[in-house]
Amino acid sequence: MIETIKQHVAGLLTEKKIAGFLGLIEKNGHVAPHLFKDGESLAGFTLGDRKTAGDARYPLNKTLVTLSRAYPEETFGVLVRGCDERGLYGLFRLNQLTEDRVIPVGFSCPAELSEACECRKPYPDSLVAGEKTESSQLKKVAEMDGKDLARRFDFWTAQFVKCVKCYGCRDVCPMCFCKECSLECEDLVAKGDLPVEVPVFHLTRAMHMADRCVDCGLCDEACPSDIPLRLLYKKTAQIMDTDYGFTSGLNKNERSPLSQMGPAK
Amino acid sequence: MEYKTTLTTCTYCGCGCNFYLETLDGKLTNTIPCKTSPVNEGKLCIKGWNVHQFVQNDRRLKKPLLRKGGELVEVEWEEALAYTADRLKAVTAEKGGDAVGFLASAKVTNEENYLLQKFARAAIGTNNVDHCARL
Repeated sequence: MIETIKQHVAGLLTEKKIAGFLGLIEKNGHVAPHLFKDGESLAGFTLGDRKTAGDARYPLNKTLVTLSRAYPEETFGVLVRGCDERGLYGLFRLNQLTEDRVIPVGFSCPAELSEACECRKPYPDSLVAGEKTESSQLKKVAEMDGKDLARRFDFWTAQFVKCVKCYGCRDVCPMCFCKECSLECEDLVAKGDLPVEVPVFHLTRAMHMADRCVDCGLCDEACPSDIPLRLLYKKTAQIMDTDYGFTSGLNKNERSPLSQMGPAK
Repeated sequence: MEYKTTLTTCTYCGCGCNFYLETLDGKLTNTIPCKTSPVNEGKLCIKGWNVHQFVQNDRRLKKPLLRKGGELVEVEWEEALAYTADRLKAVTAEKGGDAVGFLASAKVTNEENYLLQKFARAAIGTNNVDHCARL
């Protein structure tokens, strides 16, 4: 799979279709985001699989936004999994990236990763390598829904109280780009107080991410307190899907029901 | 266009979390925790997440400050060190080594911290040594 992708990227670079390719590199014994600029030299190119599939994923789209802001006239290639591509569609919709300035190079996730992520679409539309992996069911959300309200409340209270307010969930999030963040608004979240006022911090964020979160799970992996953030956002996404028929980034050019006036369609 | 990620270790405390400092055209743009680091496994605290911000901050102290007439004034290293040496000598001569204490730092190397405690114990004669990151 990786050879097919490398060949494709080398082609894009030598034909000068892109100014650079944002992908992952293996260096110093670690996996890091990297901007490949030379089609001849893709040494170290990696897909971010170390011990297990997808265990070294990085928010490449976040870096892509930084690059595009500095070089708005340039076109960049970017390595995408299914979730990353949903992120791109979301960032196009939210005017953070320009579609014709981005060339996604996609590959599918293996079934084991799809299942671990409970991913709805574990492959991108721009599939360069791999097969369309089957989507997985939302087992953990169903399991949580099976518990009664009091137990769910206790569960989440116990989770939120662990928060150390590192803001890592926000900082790693490829869909978080606001200049002013409501989590830093002192009227909503008191500065310097721990534990956080339960559950304001996380529910504020969950509401704000309702039509943005693309279920990449990077927040969950970045949380030093192991709060199951992905489960929370999956539930939020499920409500958005059930009530509004909207899933962030699933369909290109789809507008968010939260930014439309009038009755739901 | 030069985009780089530099793998480095957090300077804030003794844990030693690894992250990438992201630079675009020589300017720091972001901190990304290293997912493959066995120390922090892709996680950071709030200080680590914002470590790139102080480096190029206008308010960063670049010169020693000495209090003169109640005001902190920027001085050269030579003056700051000479003043410190004079006062250390004067205070320890009058009250003994335990009248002073030494604060080491997580922002310097092991070797520099070793030197500081050695200086405190062997040259000044006190065990009053502490550290900003004694976790």
